[in-house]
Amino acid sequence: MDARILHEFRAIVGSHGLISSPEELHTYECDGLTNFRVMPLAVLLPADRPQVQAIVHICHRERIPFVARGSGTGLSGGALPVENGIVISLARMNRILEVDFPNARVVVEPGVINLDVTGRVQPQEYFYAPDPSSQSICSIGGNVAENSGGAHCLKYGFTTTHVLGLEVVLPDGSLVHLGGKSLDAPGYDLAGVFVGSEGTLGIATKVILRIVKRPECIRTLLAAFPSTNEAGAAVSDIIAAGMLPAAIEMMDNLAIQAAEAAVHPNYPNCGGLLLVELDGPVAEVEFLMRRVDELCRKNGAWEIRLAQTEHERALVWKGRKAAFAAMGRISPDYIVQDGVIPRTALPQVMDEIVRLSQETGLRVANVFHAGDGNLHPLVLYDRHIAGQEQAAESLSYRILELCLAAGGSITGEHGVGEEKKRMMSKMFSEPDLDTMQRVRCAFDPLQLSNPTKVFPTPRLCGEKPGEYVPHPLESAGIAERF
Amino acid sequence: MLMTSSIEEKLRSAAGAHNLRAATAGDMVSGVLPQFVAEPDNEQQLAAVLSLANEAGIAVIPRGSGTKLDWGNPPKKAEMILSTARLNRILEHAWADLTVTVEAGCTLRTLQETLARHGQRLAFDGLWPERATIGGVLSTNDSGAFRLRFGALRDLIIGVTLALAEGTLASSGGKVVKNVAGYDLPKLATGALGTLGVITRAVFRLHPLPWGARTISFTADNLRAMQAHILSIQDSKLAHTALQIRCAAGDRPDADILFEATEAGLNAQESQLRELLGFTNAEQPTEQVWNARQDLWSPQIENALIAKLSVLPAKIARTMELLEVIVNAQQLHWQIVAQATGITTVRLEGELARISVAVEQLRAEVEGSGGSLVVLRRPKGLASLDAWGNVGDAVGLMQAVKRQLDPKATLNPGRFFGGI
Repeated sequence: MDARILHEFRAIVGSHGLISSPEELHTYECDGLTNFRVMPLAVLLPADRPQVQAIVHICHRERIPFVARGSGTGLSGGALPVENGIVISLARMNRILEVDFPNARVVVEPGVINLDVTGRVQPQEYFYAPDPSSQSICSIGGNVAENSGGAHCLKYGFTTTHVLGLEVVLPDGSLVHLGGKSLDAPGYDLAGVFVGSEGTLGIATKVILRIVKRPECIRTLLAAFPSTNEAGAAVSDIIAAGMLPAAIEMMDNLAIQAAEAAVHPNYPNCGGLLLVELDGPVAEVEFLMRRVDELCRKNGAWEIRLAQTEHERALVWKGRKAAFAAMGRISPDYIVQDGVIPRTALPQVMDEIVRLSQETGLRVANVFHAGDGNLHPLVLYDRHIAGQEQAAESLSYRILELCLAAGGSITGEHGVGEEKKRMMSKMFSEPDLDTMQRVRCAFDPLQLSNPTKVFPTPRLCGEKPGEYVPHPLESAGIAERF
Repeated sequence: MLMTSSIEEKLRSAAGAHNLRAATAGDMVSGVLPQFVAEPDNEQQLAAVLSLANEAGIAVIPRGSGTKLDWGNPPKKAEMILSTARLNRILEHAWADLTVTVEAGCTLRTLQETLARHGQRLAFDGLWPERATIGGVLSTNDSGAFRLRFGALRDLIIGVTLALAEGTLASSGGKVVKNVAGYDLPKLATGALGTLGVITRAVFRLHPLPWGARTISFTADNLRAMQAHILSIQDSKLAHTALQIRCAAGDRPDADILFEATEAGLNAQESQLRELLGFTNAEQPTEQVWNARQDLWSPQIENALIAKLSVLPAKIARTMELLEVIVNAQQLHWQIVAQATGITTVRLEGELARISVAVEQLRAEVEGSGGSLVVLRRPKGLASLDAWGNVGDAVGLMQAVKRQLDPKATLNPGRFFGGI
């Protein structure tokens, strides 16, 4: 990188806030999706919002692409550096700025860890609802970028439901405030657009969150079924009975075996395990849990356990939360996928996954947010066996195609990032994608903020429709239109 | 612009033979009379008409059933009404997946009746449900009492199809509840007042109908005491669906709370509520109290203004006290319905010049503490009063979004903020 620019960056963040030696840069060459790697030119660790603005100003002036990074736990390559670009790590901006209990709001910097928000408000019996499995290490800024979900979003909603306002540094270095502590700020809901935009619209430097009062009680039921089909039928009956559980999770036999090997949650060895959590007033939850129990038995559950205490609940959840990492116990390598299907398509999609698994000779374990149809197939492989990695990748994309064919989505919570941008054209038409990119052009006409992610093909801003406006790169003589 | 007969012919052919007619007095938009009303049969026709109008520089006012057509600033131009009235089909109620795909012109009532056949609902209580359309409630971001529990329409919509000004039909989101592929344009379209595109269809996540419901009403000596009640309920472990305050000039404030649960859950929560607030005076009224927000619109008299205030939940009482001081000084009559979310609907009646002064003063106070005041219904004589107030430092960015999606400002020109 140009020494002059490096010098300018150092003047902003100090020597301790600038990483430019190749050995140290290796830490930042990928996120949680480790099979994609790009070395950044430099990594900057600003301490506050003015430093972020100053950095972005220089990037804008010099046309240097940048990628914002939280904890780097993302699973789709959203924080993967881009060629000839820098990484801006928000890890040092990790202060909780304000806790407002009467209004149930918390204001944080983007580097704050998800679970620390709950930790801060727990004594007053509040919690921050979005709970991705990585919540003990992932950052709020990363959650905002990905619109992270978690097991409890069936009832409580996703990150976007809980973000009321944002302070954002736009890709030209200017500052805007989207949404706010009060609801329904006049104007377009750009906070709603920004959440889940995977870092392509700018960098959030402050986030206003909503917190939720803890329910009076929480009960978790664990039921063992012969297969995922019976478990799926039980879920349908629970929904049809007019209940909205706080969470409904499903695991197949391979996932159960892996969890057992890793953290010994003492799950029954069955074909389909269901975990149903209800919360709310005690009288209500106890009444409804009896119905859940009945409906599970009606659909063939041969063992049912009800966790009553916090300790018992923790044990039930332990195996589920550890499920991804547990794959390491039964396979040297694995790919985590993140498709969504209409829940009713589960039996047909599971049958297809089994067929694909047999066809390729690769094992697939399934962990499923059954309430909202979010499927996490884990494709197991060994990279030391020639061709297996490619076969596993190709199988995981074929599973996403199954999800699309069933009317679902290519991602429920991990994001598109680098990994799935090619799948976007299978889910959306050209005009759909073009419309999204026009919105991107309003935020980032030079395409500096995490460019090359999300969309399969970049779009020069100002192309069409309406009057022709030359792209700034054209005006500068850097690009030419043919 | 004045429409030539050749443009009219093209529009007629795009809209469908019998779907273009001359506008009449009933089609007036905030005092502006358009020339034509197009009522296409399907979204392709709608997109084709819109594209022709955009090309010819004809200003287009999208309309559902027109219940909220007077919200926002009066249009700079209004040459053609583009009605979604005939796009009124419910395309798919995937009840086992708790989703519905519906066209924009379907009324809220029809939708809810269809969903109820499978014991479900869109968890949204909008104004005038028997007439209001899905496209209209989305575009105006109507917000009712259920919002406290289920969130706003932005939290319930999971997919949208928009007809853009140049005639593109673009979809985003999807048909599954959990989906983060691509930008969340359903949220962008919600509350955009039809200025970015015409919503032709939407997909929503649904909720089961409750097992049972119970409303309890109570009163307090003054607003401060009522605020304390509201905050202690919000800080409790009650799982209520809605909580609102009703108050009018010279009266004690009343409040209503709605529980939705099984019989066991209703009984338990009612006794917890009585214990929490130490009530003796709580009563079970009729469900009619939940029409209070809509009732603010009647009687429909010329010198009444209705505004939506949004303040922090803990500032409701303070805002109402300020309102009382300001409107009393202007000798206006006032009535409010405040949700525990902080979203408050206000009706002011009196001399027009005094209403205008009160609105500006109140807006300054509310904006000063981070809230907003949006004028919904205005008297004819107050056409110049800005509906939106201060939009903040993102106004330039919002204008850029508008330029990207509707560069010729064909849709609803002048009705939104910042000249949009």
